[in-house]
Amino acid sequence: MHAESLPSIFLNAAIVNNFVLAMFLGICPFLGVSSKKETSWNMGLAVIFVLLVSSAAAFGINWLLVNLELEFLRLICYIAVIASTVQLVEMFVKRYSPALFRSLGIFLPLITTNCAVLGLALFQTQKEYDFIQSLVYALGAGAGFTLALMLMAGLRERLALARVPDVSQGAALTLMLAGLLSLAFMGFAGLGGSHG
Amino acid sequence: MAELPKHQEDLSLDTFVRGLWKENPVFVMLLGMCPTLAVSNSAINAISMGLATTFVLAGSGALISWLRNWIPKQVRIASYIVIIATFVTIVDYAIQAISLDLYAALGAFIQLIVVNCIILGRAEAYASQQRLVPTLVNSLGIGAGFTIALFALGSVREILGSGTLFGLHLFGAGFQPWVVMVLPPGGFFVLGAWLLLFNWIKQRGERRADAPTGVPANAR
Repeated sequence: MHAESLPSIFLNAAIVNNFVLAMFLGICPFLGVSSKKETSWNMGLAVIFVLLVSSAAAFGINWLLVNLELEFLRLICYIAVIASTVQLVEMFVKRYSPALFRSLGIFLPLITTNCAVLGLALFQTQKEYDFIQSLVYALGAGAGFTLALMLMAGLRERLALARVPDVSQGAALTLMLAGLLSLAFMGFAGLGGSHG
Repeated sequence: MAELPKHQEDLSLDTFVRGLWKENPVFVMLLGMCPTLAVSNSAINAISMGLATTFVLAGSGALISWLRNWIPKQVRIASYIVIIATFVTIVDYAIQAISLDLYAALGAFIQLIVVNCIILGRAEAYASQQRLVPTLVNSLGIGAGFTIALFALGSVREILGSGTLFGLHLFGAGFQPWVVMVLPPGGFFVLGAWLLLFNWIKQRGERRADAPTGVPANAR
């Protein structure tokens, strides 16, 4: 059993090894949905929910597969569970908030291919976390993802009003900004263990 | 199953070549960013990742194209994902058998090839509609484009970040490596810089193309 305290797991996932800025997981929505703060916040919540559900499911599946000695099916089972969870969230959002459904657009079904979700399931298996630890890890990862998305959205809302050279508009500028944010987050590296 | 009017593409050189530049997955379509940024901290990692992805692209593309008339439309995404996951599992075990060092360096990103948007995007946009041979050729082209992009990032980051290329020292002992380049921020900076360069080339090309037609337009 992994002897790591819960607050340390949370901080580690949310800030020290931030999923987006330090481990490059979930870059697509990070670049795609981060132009407005409100959309980013809702996207963050959707991802946190998917992370929690798929983390719990992945824990159960892993236990089952290890007992049946079918570990080589792990990847296929994880991705199937994640895809169905995302489908569930999509139906839920469509039913209760059509406006949000429209603003998230294609990025909602694309949570399936958000590396953060599959990455989390793989890392919690690799680190041999128990059930509670896995959930805290998922919560931390989701919080870190939301934090990164919100920071980026805040910067980009300001930047939309600024005058930048033509050449650097669009993705190039966003990547440079992400680099600076990532540089800032490296300052947290001393806070905890840097095992990724 | 509803029969869609399908445009069957003929096999030509363009089927392969456009993946290299015109439809380059990284520089033009901005897909597959996560592995691009994460494993491009050295040239050798970048190339291995590119080759692994190419194998999965070609294998899953071929299988999906072959099975395209039997996969029901409603569950196609799930079917594609399962096919892709199968090929990734093969690559995962193969790399583990070939080189444990490489396996450790790439880490979870081998398994994360499953969620590489390039592969699912190709499956949906190309393999599900085209015949086997064009799909295979096109997948190889896209894979090559991805590998080239990864190498462009990986080599710059390795040269600046550790003063080496493929582990060979390029500079004298006096060289002070820019450590930040092999760390996460470096990935963002180098990719941003490449995109800036391409934007600049493209804009200059457009300006040059406009110039001859500009004169008569003013005279009119």
